[in-house]
Amino acid sequence: MNIVLNLIQKEIKTEWKQKYAFNGLLLYVVSTVFVCYLSFKRIVDLPTWNALFWIIQLFAGVNAISKSFLQEGRGRMLYYYTLTNARSFILAKIIYNLFLMLVLSAFNLLFYSLFIGNPVQDMPMFILAMVLGSAGFSAVLAMVSAIASKAGNNFALMSILSFPILIPVLMVTIRFSKNAMDGIAWAVNQQFAIILVALIAMVFALSYLLFPYLWRE
Amino acid sequence: MNDKKINLLSGLQWWKWLCILLLFYTFYQGLMIEVPRLAILHETIRNLFFHVTMWFSMIIMMLASLIYGIRYLSTNDITFDTKASEAAYTGVFLGLLGLATGSLWAKFTWGAWWVNDAKLNGAAAAMLVYFAYIILRGSIDDEHKKAKLAAVYGIFAFTMMLVFIMILPRLTDSLHPGNGGNPGFGNYDLDKKMRTVFYPAVIGWALLATWITEINVRIKTLRNKIEDEK
Repeated sequence: MNIVLNLIQKEIKTEWKQKYAFNGLLLYVVSTVFVCYLSFKRIVDLPTWNALFWIIQLFAGVNAISKSFLQEGRGRMLYYYTLTNARSFILAKIIYNLFLMLVLSAFNLLFYSLFIGNPVQDMPMFILAMVLGSAGFSAVLAMVSAIASKAGNNFALMSILSFPILIPVLMVTIRFSKNAMDGIAWAVNQQFAIILVALIAMVFALSYLLFPYLWRE
Repeated sequence: MNDKKINLLSGLQWWKWLCILLLFYTFYQGLMIEVPRLAILHETIRNLFFHVTMWFSMIIMMLASLIYGIRYLSTNDITFDTKASEAAYTGVFLGLLGLATGSLWAKFTWGAWWVNDAKLNGAAAAMLVYFAYIILRGSIDDEHKKAKLAAVYGIFAFTMMLVFIMILPRLTDSLHPGNGGNPGFGNYDLDKKMRTVFYPAVIGWALLATWITEINVRIKTLRNKIEDEK
């Protein structure tokens, strides 16, 4: 556990050292929202509002997390190999990426509401959907990023591999947050939360079990 | 020259004979037996023997690919990877046939080639995942690296495919027979007579898929051998 904490600390420090990358991501979210605002102005249709929000979130997530392994060079991976073990490493990556996704989604929600409007009726539930969605995204994307980086640092490959695999998480999250927008009771909506948690647990377990195979070269 | 004459048919293993037999039976009986008369479905209910069986055999092929992928990861034996990849290719082929037969059927029962239905979208998404698997394989040169990454991605792909076609469609009503009050293949109208064709059909198509995969594995193994000798 100590190793995991140290690794997360190291991630935050490297991020802080290359502030331009993080700021770049924030700018990416803001400018995407702004482009959407200019093309849509106001969105009256609720499903469209929701879908657009999650599509921005999807692209921001793929962009943010793809660099989590792509930035680690071969030499640095070798260095980690001598210092840590595979399981703590992927755990640290997922937790750090979750943190990154949460910051991005908060940013996204803020500017999206500011420009395009916020018709959400049940805000706490929407935020729950956002947190669960971010957790799902980070677990799936961390693993795919590891695969893509081993396959030769190709960003296009990262999107090709991650989009179809993200569809289940994305679809359940979209339905969940749509219900939150409509202010549908928790009793009805809780099944989506449960499915989402189950999906996250599954992806998490798979990453935890399979990463050691990617780790050894 | 090769002077040993190969008799094509006598060299077949028993399960290949079984496959031929079952498929002949499927085609003959599938078109000839009396089927229940149902509104909307009518004679198209016979698609059960040619469409639903595609998905069954596809899942069997993907399962085989998954098992070989796991065996590759635990043994590092490249022959398992060849089997895993060829099984996945056959599975994708069957999936495309499943989409085509389903689309044709949808045109005559629902009136459109494609409708917004959870099961259709799930099937299309499952296909996308496996296309990504193929692209991933194509983008790596090193044999063992390719095998390892493909196996890991394949495990992900399989679990996600299960989610697509098993869990997500159950969250919503589907137009598909058996869901949301539509006449289904499953309960009351899959009568005894249709069962006598359906189960043999599943086995027959699955055996054919295994056969195709086996031939492809042999071709690939020979190719690898030739390349190694060069």
